Amino acid sequence: MNELLRILLTVVGVLLGVMTLAPGLIWGERRLLALWQDRCGPNRVGPFGSLQLVADMIKILTKEDWIPPFADKPVFIIAPSIIVTATLSSFAVVVFAPGIAVADLNIGVLFFLAMSAMAVYSVALGGWASNNKYALLGSIRAVGQMLSYEVFMALSLMGVVALSGSFSFGDIVEAQRDLWFCVPQCLGLAVFFIAALAETRRVPLDLPEAESELVAGYHTEYSGMKFAMFFLGEYIGVTLNAVIIVALFFGGWHGPWLPPVVWFLLKTLAVIGLFVLIRASLPRPRYDQLMEFGWKALLPLALLNLLATGAIILARGG
Amino acid sequence: METSSDILRMLIERCGDGLLDTQPTRDGVLTCWVSADLAREALRFLQAEIDHPYRVLFDITAIDERYREHRPGQPPSDFTVVYHLSSVERRQDVRIKVPLLGEHPQLATVTDLWPSANWYERELWDMFGIVVDGHPRLDRILLPPWWQGHPLRKEHPARATEMPPFTFPPEGAITYEEMMQFSPEAQGMACRLEDFDCMFLNLGPHHPSTHGVLRVVLQMDGQQIIDLACEIGFHHRGAEKMGERQSWHTFIPYTDRIDYLAGVLNNLPYVLAVEQLAGIDVPDRARVIRIMLAELFRVISHLVYFGTFAQDLGMMSPVFYLFNDRERAFSVIEAITGGRMHPSWFRIGGVAQDLPDGWAPLVREVVRYLRRQTDQYEKVMLQNAIFKLRTVGISPLTVDEALQWGATGPLLRACGMAWDLRKDRPYGGYEQFEFDVPVGRCGDCFDRAMVHLEEIRQSLRIIDQCVEQMPPGACKADHPLAIPPPKERTLRHIETLIDHFLGVSWGPVIPPGEAAVTVEGAKGQNGYYLVSDGNTMAYRTRIRTPSFPHLQMLPLLSRGLVVPDLVSILGSIDFVMADVDR
Repeated sequence: MNELLRILLTVVGVLLGVMTLAPGLIWGERRLLALWQDRCGPNRVGPFGSLQLVADMIKILTKEDWIPPFADKPVFIIAPSIIVTATLSSFAVVVFAPGIAVADLNIGVLFFLAMSAMAVYSVALGGWASNNKYALLGSIRAVGQMLSYEVFMALSLMGVVALSGSFSFGDIVEAQRDLWFCVPQCLGLAVFFIAALAETRRVPLDLPEAESELVAGYHTEYSGMKFAMFFLGEYIGVTLNAVIIVALFFGGWHGPWLPPVVWFLLKTLAVIGLFVLIRASLPRPRYDQLMEFGWKALLPLALLNLLATGAIILARGG
Repeated sequence: METSSDILRMLIERCGDGLLDTQPTRDGVLTCWVSADLAREALRFLQAEIDHPYRVLFDITAIDERYREHRPGQPPSDFTVVYHLSSVERRQDVRIKVPLLGEHPQLATVTDLWPSANWYERELWDMFGIVVDGHPRLDRILLPPWWQGHPLRKEHPARATEMPPFTFPPEGAITYEEMMQFSPEAQGMACRLEDFDCMFLNLGPHHPSTHGVLRVVLQMDGQQIIDLACEIGFHHRGAEKMGERQSWHTFIPYTDRIDYLAGVLNNLPYVLAVEQLAGIDVPDRARVIRIMLAELFRVISHLVYFGTFAQDLGMMSPVFYLFNDRERAFSVIEAITGGRMHPSWFRIGGVAQDLPDGWAPLVREVVRYLRRQTDQYEKVMLQNAIFKLRTVGISPLTVDEALQWGATGPLLRACGMAWDLRKDRPYGGYEQFEFDVPVGRCGDCFDRAMVHLEEIRQSLRIIDQCVEQMPPGACKADHPLAIPPPKERTLRHIETLIDHFLGVSWGPVIPPGEAAVTVEGAKGQNGYYLVSDGNTMAYRTRIRTPSFPHLQMLPLLSRGLVVPDLVSILGSIDFVMADVDR
């Protein structure tokens, strides 16, 4: 009974934690962007504008949830929920601190990769079902971009897996007790970071929704709560990728003095801050340039990293 | 090189009796009347057959002559079509006037000589009802397809009070919408090419990167642009018609809003043209004040250009930095004029008031600040690798193409031609300033951005010199036609009181004549062609804006590229829709 309660508490705790952090991130990002862009940002609702999000939520919930008559209705409705479900379920395998994990699967990393591949369906189906040319162009780009970057993303993580000898997040973090993997796997980290930007469709790799070209890309036709799902999905995705980066490259919960969970949270926030800073500073490449960069630069780098890691492990272990 | 009289002699040889007359104008531009059947021939001769030809078709417009009183010695004409040609090598213009008789007169097209004539000729039809034979697509261009009448004809009402009450029946919305439907065939685009169907993508009139209300319809093969059609006119406010209804003085605020980013820089060609008609000599101090403010507005306009260009390329932050810096420049403008975006500060004969106390430190400070910022923009944008990826080599343009299409300003200079009116044909006192004319190499999007950035630096240089060399003296010409008249003496002499009263209530009566003044605007050459019939209002006000021909080049610039490139191009050619539609 106690065991069951503990599990339930963890599940609810993680879900609540993520669901506060991700939307909170929307406010945090707006404030940070404003700071870097010499303006104020949301500062009216609640202390430092922190309740802006609540106001936004009330607005978005009371909006008309319009489904265009020319859309493919069932697919149009299902699409936004896929992205939220898929990204949320990835959090199940992350170990936030010793004992705080929903399910420390021994294939954790693979599970994460599989779930992030699921998110592509959401974007592809959403764009397709909208029956709108901008949405279609956006989703075509999204499928191309996300499927390609999936490859480098997975390959860049294999170095970490090889070093720690496990797919489980718990074991990987444990293996970084002495040395964080961001040092031996710096190349892997760089590739993963860029791939994560592409996976979450964040500026500068936000081509599927490139505002100045495709208006809003794959979610052009979405409004109200369905749009909010896509929006939330993006921010949960950012949180997820920050969490993964912290767990796999920055020693997870390891750190002196503070409790492990606090360390994990602080590191996650720092990585998210970096995501926002990148958004504030870079322009967007063209679609073909992005693909070229992926296949011609990132893929060889990821492979090289894997080869070198393997060779070193072999040489050391004999 | 031949002078204008040699050109005239050659034209006489060429056209014989077709050359009806020449006309003296206040601006000294050679103006020849050529009969309609020989007009094309004369234009072709001037474009191609003489040494140092007039390669640039600067403008085509018309004058409704039916109610004009002062046209001594001019051939009979109901509608006069005016071709304004310009030669870069000669630094000289020539005007060919074609008299036309009848209600809907006909004229042969020159689109085969200059592709840029296309939109100008459509404007002739739209505004005057002149039928241009052989034109590929003679539709309305600025007004909606359901519009009745041709607004620049004198009988067309200028005010709503002169028209019957406005009604809009519900079925009207449907008819109008049907008329606005895009039809590829009407644009000369095929729906099916070889073995695939084309996709037509509608961009605008409300799209984040069209810089205003512009509709572009793309004919696409997948993501690649095969061809495109621009639809303009959504921002049309009838500024030229207003010029015929406002007094010479009260039209000045309208000019500010033509290129609404460049404020008083728009006043300049207008007041210069009126001064030329009136024969007013402007005192030195007024000239330098004008130049200082105009250059400050050029900087302000270029700041917006950079901010929005970066925004179009997906950079989030620069637009905020640049708008903040623009605010600083506006605060100086505000200290001097009291206005910000549209101060309407220039007057016929000078400027509205003298500079306020303590203006110089303010201007110096903002120049110093902007100079520092400009270096930062260069680092943040022009040296950014992704910015270069998006702009280098995108839609290169040659000087020949640019001249052929009537491109001027930064767009022409980016192609590598150092052509700047301020340098090559100085006006309004620019000859006393030192500055360089930046040029690009291949005219791609990157070069356009680079030229704009360098122009900011050069303008700051000019402003600095203005501050250092500001001459003392009056800021307003002492001339009976300079408006508003001086107030000081009005309460002592009845004559000056009457003069002041008439000047303020009616406005000045400008002597009959014609004058055109073109200046180097922020976006290219901006010209005003004014016809006075000896009245308190202009008989015809023609506003030649640079954005109009630049936007017309869009298909040429973007064929074969993809949508993101189109966005780069739209961002790089620097146009505002108010400047296109007027």
